[in-house]
Amino acid sequence: MEAEITLLVDGARRSLTVDTRTTLLDALRERLGATAPKKGCDHGQCGSCTVLLNGRRAITCLALAVAHDGAEVTTAEGLADGETLHPVQQAFLDQDGLQCGYCTPGQICSAVGMLDEARAGWPSAVTSDVAGAAVELDDEEISERMSGNLCRCGAYMGIVAAVRQAAGGESP
Amino acid sequence: MIPFGYQRAEDAEGAVATVSRDPNAMFLGGGTNLVDHLKLGVASPGLLVDVTGLPLDRIEPLPGGGVRIGAGVRNSDLAADPTIRSHYPVLSQALLSGASGQLRNLATTGGNLLQRTRCVYFQDVSTPCNKREPGSGCSAVDGYTRYHAILGASRLCVAVHPSDMAVAMTALDAVVQVQGPDRERHIPLVDFHRLPGDAPQRDTVLTHGELITAVDLPSLPTGCRSRYRKVRDRASYAFALVSVAAVLDVGDGTVRDVWIALGGVAHKPWRATRAEEVLRGAPATEETFRRAAEAELADAQPLPDNAFKVPLARNTLVSVLRDLTRRDLTSQTPEDS
Repeated sequence: MEAEITLLVDGARRSLTVDTRTTLLDALRERLGATAPKKGCDHGQCGSCTVLLNGRRAITCLALAVAHDGAEVTTAEGLADGETLHPVQQAFLDQDGLQCGYCTPGQICSAVGMLDEARAGWPSAVTSDVAGAAVELDDEEISERMSGNLCRCGAYMGIVAAVRQAAGGESP
Repeated sequence: MIPFGYQRAEDAEGAVATVSRDPNAMFLGGGTNLVDHLKLGVASPGLLVDVTGLPLDRIEPLPGGGVRIGAGVRNSDLAADPTIRSHYPVLSQALLSGASGQLRNLATTGGNLLQRTRCVYFQDVSTPCNKREPGSGCSAVDGYTRYHAILGASRLCVAVHPSDMAVAMTALDAVVQVQGPDRERHIPLVDFHRLPGDAPQRDTVLTHGELITAVDLPSLPTGCRSRYRKVRDRASYAFALVSVAAVLDVGDGTVRDVWIALGGVAHKPWRATRAEEVLRGAPATEETFRRAAEAELADAQPLPDNAFKVPLARNTLVSVLRDLTRRDLTSQTPEDS
């Protein structure tokens, strides 16, 4: 069964007809050519398909496209301002936050969403006082908050350093 | 994946009516479990009724104290809510220990309660499973049982409920608000999920077409403390081997009241009533905590691969109670709760 939907993808309005079974990830990649989000596990276990969905980080492999008609989607490709990289993208380059790069677009979108959550004072599972107002993004907090993005190359040291840099912390 | 229709619900009554009259229809929330089941072939509905657009996304104080959590509230928003963080830290901690940030932004309160077991055999349609296909047999009971139940299981099913949120809510005496085709129901969460018995295909007491609209939490006594601890195979982003949610009210060195639930040990969030009985009115000491934990696990029946869960559950429970009686613990229910 088919449905007409419209998505705002990296600033461009895109209308398409999708089979109701189509995931948001497949609609983006296979129908709209937005290939920054990657298909890793396709079961919500790896995070490589992460985008910003209406401004919040979300996986797209377990989201039905038809259920997100009208949504605003920002992929890693849409984060840059022309030739100027987003600070999180630049930090991944500066800190060697990748090896093969397959998980990187998901890592970057996740980091952008996560930094917004931390700025809003959201606690994490390692925050000692969940009722506290401010969050200090030390390496333990960064690792916990980024745990939904797996990296098979094991570039985690660089990823944590990149997120630390983007968060405004020291970058050794 | 077989083809299915999709409808966006206009209101709760209409959604309930539509699903009630179609045995092949299902409600769709955040989709983080159901869409996976569509891919795996575990679920094959003919119609999905999307309830995420319903006005069930509020967290509101209840007139008599306590709080009402709309069924559509996302797990991330619930965990970050100032009232939940200050008055029910055990619930924030449980939510934050489940899944990942990008999943919690999608997953809903109602959907979290209705998520299904992660038993590998349940999710693998090439193997027999009484929960997926009643009467086909249980592949787990003589299979790989590291992640399975030690309490309340049956020969037909040894699966465990995967939720962290529901464990905290069970300790908090939550009540599930349900809209049915003919009536509304208020179901205490301790009675909401089932033990497998001879019908493991039924996770809950809901009938087809009933829709969760909210979860109510009663207010807690002033000054009591709460905490959630989850033990798992890796530090983050994994389901529980064992988890403990506890709310403790101590005065003059004596346990005035206590509420405990265990996760990862049974087909439902396991309310630890035996431990609570030992603790209530007893001195808040390590010795009491140990006796309470031993009482709760006394009837545990571990499987070949999960005998470790019995001492793990005992030790985790003692450790959480010990933490809750530490002087310097930060999380405490404020005076105005």
